[in-house]
This record gives sequence, structure tokens and C-alpha cells, in this order.
Amino acid sequence: MKDMFIPAEYEVVRNPDLCIACRVCERQCANEVHKFDSDLGKMIADSTKCVNCHRCVCMCPTHALKIVKSDDTYKLNGNWPMRTMNEVYRQAATGGVLLSSMGNPTENPIYFSKILLNASQVTNPPIDPLREPMETAVYLGKKDVEIKRDARGMLVDNLPPQLKLTTPIMFSAMSYGSISYNAHESLARAAEELGIYYNTGEGGLHSDFYKYGKNTIVQVASGRFGVHEQYLKTAAAIEIKMGQGAKPGIGGHLPGMKISDDVSKTRMIPKGVDAISPAPHHDIYSIEDLRQLIYSLKEATAYTKPVIVKVAAVHNVAAIASGIARSGADIIAIDGYRGGTGAAPTRIRDNVGIPIELALAQVDERLRQEGIRDNVSVVVGGSIHSSADVVKAIALGADACYIATAAVLALGCHLCRSCHSGKCNWGIATQRPDLVKRLNPDVGKQRLVNLVHAWTHEIQEMMGGMGINSIEALRGNRLMLRGVGLNETELRILGIKHAGE
Amino acid sequence: MFTDTNNFPLEGEVRIPSGCAVSAIIDRSGGRMTGEKIIRSIATMHDRSNGLGGGFAGYGIYPDYKDYYAFHLFFDDRIARKETEDYLAAHFEVVYSSEMKTRKVAGIKGEPLIFRYFLYPLSKRLANSLLDEEQYVVRCVNRINTDIKGAFVFSSGKNMGIFKGVGYPEDIGRFYLLDEEYEGYMWTAHGRYPTNTPGWWGGAHPFGLLSYSVVHNGEISSYDANRRYIEMFGYKCNLQTDTEVITYIIDFLLRVKKLTLEEVAKVISASFWSTIEDKSEDDRRQETFLRKAFPSLLINGPFSIIFGYEGGMMALNDRLKLRSMVCAEKGDLAFVSSEECGIRVIQPELDSIFAPAGGQPVIYTLREGAEI
Repeated sequence: MKDMFIPAEYEVVRNPDLCIACRVCERQCANEVHKFDSDLGKMIADSTKCVNCHRCVCMCPTHALKIVKSDDTYKLNGNWPMRTMNEVYRQAATGGVLLSSMGNPTENPIYFSKILLNASQVTNPPIDPLREPMETAVYLGKKDVEIKRDARGMLVDNLPPQLKLTTPIMFSAMSYGSISYNAHESLARAAEELGIYYNTGEGGLHSDFYKYGKNTIVQVASGRFGVHEQYLKTAAAIEIKMGQGAKPGIGGHLPGMKISDDVSKTRMIPKGVDAISPAPHHDIYSIEDLRQLIYSLKEATAYTKPVIVKVAAVHNVAAIASGIARSGADIIAIDGYRGGTGAAPTRIRDNVGIPIELALAQVDERLRQEGIRDNVSVVVGGSIHSSADVVKAIALGADACYIATAAVLALGCHLCRSCHSGKCNWGIATQRPDLVKRLNPDVGKQRLVNLVHAWTHEIQEMMGGMGINSIEALRGNRLMLRGVGLNETELRILGIKHAGE
Repeated sequence: MFTDTNNFPLEGEVRIPSGCAVSAIIDRSGGRMTGEKIIRSIATMHDRSNGLGGGFAGYGIYPDYKDYYAFHLFFDDRIARKETEDYLAAHFEVVYSSEMKTRKVAGIKGEPLIFRYFLYPLSKRLANSLLDEEQYVVRCVNRINTDIKGAFVFSSGKNMGIFKGVGYPEDIGRFYLLDEEYEGYMWTAHGRYPTNTPGWWGGAHPFGLLSYSVVHNGEISSYDANRRYIEMFGYKCNLQTDTEVITYIIDFLLRVKKLTLEEVAKVISASFWSTIEDKSEDDRRQETFLRKAFPSLLINGPFSIIFGYEGGMMALNDRLKLRSMVCAEKGDLAFVSSEECGIRVIQPELDSIFAPAGGQPVIYTLREGAEI
């Protein structure tokens, strides 16, 4: 018994009355779950191969398919759930580290859903976004400057470079390699149309996408994949990736099977070999080293671009952020432990880091206590589920939010959490040309634009209800928030009152 | 920090929204008038107050002591007074002090001990503090208000004074004998309509800091964003009122950042981005810079404020004009009021009257060379 059979977690259920054996499901499934059995004269499915990406369900013209949670079970055990047992079986068979994708799926509290928003009644009026201007534009970057005047007495704009966003949402880092060419094109074009930014992640920038440079944030990570002069100069901003919410303390993982010719060229690494970024930047072993990298990048780009430092939300994130704010960074990006990934060791993903809500509240408060909140803008990500989360994050103190999971959902992702297999049926987290072409960049771009437009409308509705017509009056406005079902420690950390207070 | 007169939480312990009336008069030639007119003006808008707070600021009222800081203080008891006077003696040269002259007025009750001191910082203490003179005075005021139980400095400017308390503003005006005892070139007034019962005299308005005073009608929705930002710069919002945070914001932008009043108006009541787009090249550049540099000092939600300072005042509405406010002129006199009736009652004939647009600052100053 070297490799024990592990029952499928989900089962493919086909309604024989509806199935017309058109074999669409078979053609759509890169995992080869479905096939036509000519002996039986009907479609059959091997559920053990199913990742539950719902591609077949969505494509089935007669809606004959559904995927259900399998009721096959080991003897029920509150302490040893089936999933945990299966993980032991897998490791006993392979001796390997368990790999997962996308964000931490455990049932820990989601603080955003335990925070409620305020609205105006009587003593001040709600503002109607359908009839009054409702401003969502934000500038990201350092704000603390000496007031200077020219010879005419006019104020001189001596602010360091700023990023202008029409709405406080950006697409978070997803590398070319972890996601497809078409996914990148969708993100880039959507960012351009929306007047926001997308982020290359650590995989370099495909030469076809240089034309979207003014809406592109390029990443410099510990592997330095695809980093060169033109890459830096093309971008609107540069992000140093120190950490990622899904896998704090380790570098990026890109399985070799996803490293195609183009990815290899863009990343400047060999084809087909796993690309594992070092855990640290080997030129940054402390905060003073970070300062040097920040200024190296600024020198390389003549101080024309803001530098973002991205860190994972870890226990002492407030002190870390305070250090970064004093190190020349223009923007700090904090990634919560729910943040997504194309591949991460399961144990790291599920056990390391802290919730973004708590990290954000503490970072914002610490920067204010130290009087350096103006040194940096704060951008947060790591499971921003909806426009309401954006509003709550800004009221807690963020300048803007990074979204990535929501963005790939807009492109069709169903969170099957199998990105590391490289066989994404939706054409997102794959490099297989036959799969990539399933994602039409025209459609993808439009769905991303729709999503951000919809969220922006909702943000405006919620702002108006609170009597706020400019997003800057919402930032850090914690009196607009109340907790529900939170204990005193949680409320203290979030810096908010309980509902009813 | 503030003693309780009933069982309600006190000003500063909770945030109390208020509606209000505001009014102001300035004689731009520097001519001096008693508080009689401003009392009549604010009294006309009686229904905009509910008897839970009223107050005035008079400018040019202490010509004989114009070089000294005039501190007005509320004390709960003699212990607080003793402690405060010891503190004052250790930090200032006290030129003159006395109990504030008041008269009994029906409807004004529960008044604290009210004292007035004319002061100058002790030069050695000031030098040792490494602060400039104004910062030194502000620091001392904060110290008294935060650390001495039952004592509250409610006015600390030069050649100006704030008079306030719990009651209808016209009663407060007569209580302090503003109609007889004081003559100034400018007066502002406030009648308060709090939704709660603070019952504490220090919570009434105007709110003052050095010679700045603010009267405000509104409930700002940006309060906590503004408060948490301004507190980075050493201000402490003890009272949790809009007026307090607005005063600190104006002080920060005007005195610390050295912006002009018009520029301050463009920060706190910023034009919409779409409006800025349509402005001249110079204005567009200026206003864009101000919004980019001070985003957290945009004051959102309804307000009409009258900001008083040595030599003038600025009236300003929120960017959507969600509170009424009219301005008028008659010869050297200029008026600002929540309602037109507050002006017509003291000056039926006017040269001009208009309602300023949202975010449009109206600034009235003493004419050049005016003697005060």
C-alpha cells in the first residue's frame, strides 16, 4: 500500500434525462474527468480527478451537471476531519510538502463582516449620489511637505510623485506565469480604462504590455525575475515585494510546468524549471538595507515614481510599517493572511499571518501616534470581498485597496484552489495555449471594468448615506464604524466602538 | 476632567451633535460698539437654539490690556481656582486678575466661578521651553484644561474675549453685561441646539484658541478623519466637538503651515475635482496641490462657520452648502448670520446682501489704517 486511494471530495452528478452526450464537458475539462463511454453509449465521470472548478457545469448546454460534496466519509471525528486525515495519507505516500492555491479557506473570523457602517439621520443630511457629485478619486504617495511659494507667492507643488486613482481600488500583484497572458492583458486594459493600476507581480512584464505602462505597477521581488532598466522606467510605480499574505516568510513559487517560452523570456529564467524566489531579499537583511533598495530604485528612475513596499500582515506589522514609513517608501501595501496565491505550501497559507482588518487598524494607529501617517499611503489587500469591505478598510485608515481574488473571480475563477496544477480550465492560472485562449481579453477586460464600476457605485451610495461626498473624509473615520459580536480586545485593536455605543 | 452637574455624560465624554445659529458684525473702520446689537441679532434666531448653550466673542474689547493674553476661566470650586492660580503664577506674569462681572438673569443658573486674568509669559520660563510665545501659551492652556480638575480656560487671546455658558444666547449676553461693559470693533455669536444635555459651561461656543474663535452650525461627517489627523500634530480634541476640531485645523493651516485664509478655505471646503478642472491654470494648480497635500483636512458634511481673528473674520460654508448663511454690508459695517432676519433686525437697510455659495469664503477685515 504505497499510494492509498483517497476518495474524491466532490462528486460529479449528471442528470441522464438532460445529458445529450454532446461531450462539451469532456472537451472543457483539462483534468480529464469526463469521457464518453462508447460501450455504455453515455457520458461518464471520474470524480477523483475533479477539482470542482465548475467549468463543465457552466458550459453544459442542457444544465445536466452539478458538483456535490461527496457523502463518502471516514468515521466522523471532530478532532480528525477527513481532510486532515487525507493530508497525512498524501504526505505518507509522497514525503512532500503539501501545496495549495488561493487564500486561506479556514473558518476563522472575517472581521469585515463584523463591522457595521453608519448613516445620517436628522442632525445631518445624507447626500444623494445620483444628484450630487460624489468623489472617489485618491492620490497615493507622501504628503508631508514644507509649504513653499514662488516669486509670485503662489504655492509650489513640491509633493513627491503621486499615483492618481479614480476609485480607491487597484488590481493586486499576479505574475505573468502564475496567470496567463490573456489574464494579464485583461487586467492591464481594465486598469487603463478605469484610471487605476494593475500590478505585474514578480514575473516581469511581457513586452506586449509595455504600452499599458502608465497604469502598471511593476514588482521587484526577491527573485528579481524580469527586472531591468526598461521594466522600471516603463512603470507608473515600483513595488518591492517583501512578503505576501498567503505565504509570509517565504518567496514566490512558480511550478516549472507553467514556465513556457514566453514566461521564461519575460522572467529571464530557464524554461520548465521551478522558479522559487528566495525567502528574503538577499540584499535586505534589515530595515537599513531596505532603505538602500528603495533609494536605488528611485535613483534608477530619477525620483519620478513612487516606491511601494509590500509586506505580509504579521504579528508586529505596526512596528514594521513604522520602520518602512521612515525608510523612504511612498506607499506601504499590507497583505492579510487571507490573500490569494498561485501556489503556496498549505501549512504556511493556513497558519501564518494575521487578518488584514487588525493589521490595518494597528498600522494606521501606530503611524498616527508617531506622527508619520503623512509619510506614506497605506494600501491593503488580502480578501477584500466587496465594496463594503473597501469602505470599511478606508474608514479603518487605508488609502486604497488591492483586489486580486475578486478580480480573478470576475474573469471566471471559481476558487477551486488548484492554480499550482497549471491546468486552469478558465484560462487564468495556466500557460497551456488551448486553455489560455478560453479567456477572451475583450470579455475579461469588460468584466473587470464592470466589477470596479459596480463597486464604485456602491461605495458612493454608502458614502452618501454617511453624509460624506469625498473619499478623503472617510479615510480613518472610525466613528463611522461599529463592531458587532466582537470582544473588547478586538474592538480595542480595531479602534472602534461596539454597535449601540 | 470636568465635574458632573447631572447624571449625563459630560462634554468630551461623548460626542454631542448640535444644530445652531451663528451671527457676526464687524465695523471695518474700527469703530467700537457694545454687544447690544449682536445680542439682538442672535436673539431674533431664538428658535435655532434650545437654551443649552450660547456665547459671544468680542474683538478689540480690552484696549488697555491689548498686549496681554486675556484668560477667561471657569472653575468648579475654589480648590480648582487655587491650583490654577498657582500654575499661572509659575508660568506667567499676572498683570491683573478679577472675578468676571456678571448680573443675575432669570434663566441662567448653575454658573461656575468665572475669573479673568491678564497675563504675559515669564521670560525665563518661555526661553527655557524652547517654544515660541504663542505655542507656549497654547501649551499652558492645554495643561490647565487637561490636568487641573474643575478648571477650564475658555478664552486666551489678546484684546479679545469669549463669553459663553449654558442658556439662551441673549440671556448669556446680558449675564456677562456685554451690552454695557464692553465695546469692540467685531462681535460673533452662537446659539446652540444640542441633541443631548451637556449642562457644562465649557461646552458652549465660541471655541477659542489664542485670538482665534470659531462659531459653527452643523454636524460634520468627517469628524473622526479630521480629529485623528490633527491629533498627529499635538492637538488634543478633549471636547469631541466639531467646533474644537475646526479651530485646530484652521490654526494648523494658518499659523503652522502659513497658508492664507483663502487657501485654508480651499483645503477645508475644497472645490470638487470637476470644478477645479474648469478653473484657470493657476487656480487649478493651487487647488489641486492643496487637495493632494491636505486630503485629511477636508471638512465634509454640513457646516457654516464664522472664524474670528485679530482684525477680521471669515465666513465659510461646506462645499454643498448644507447650512444656511447670509452676508451683508452697510457702509463700514459687515454682517454674517444664519438667517437674514438676524441682520435685518439690527440693520433694516443694507447696501448689499447675498448668500455665499458652498465653499466660497467671505472675508471681512478692518480697513487699512483703521484704529482699534
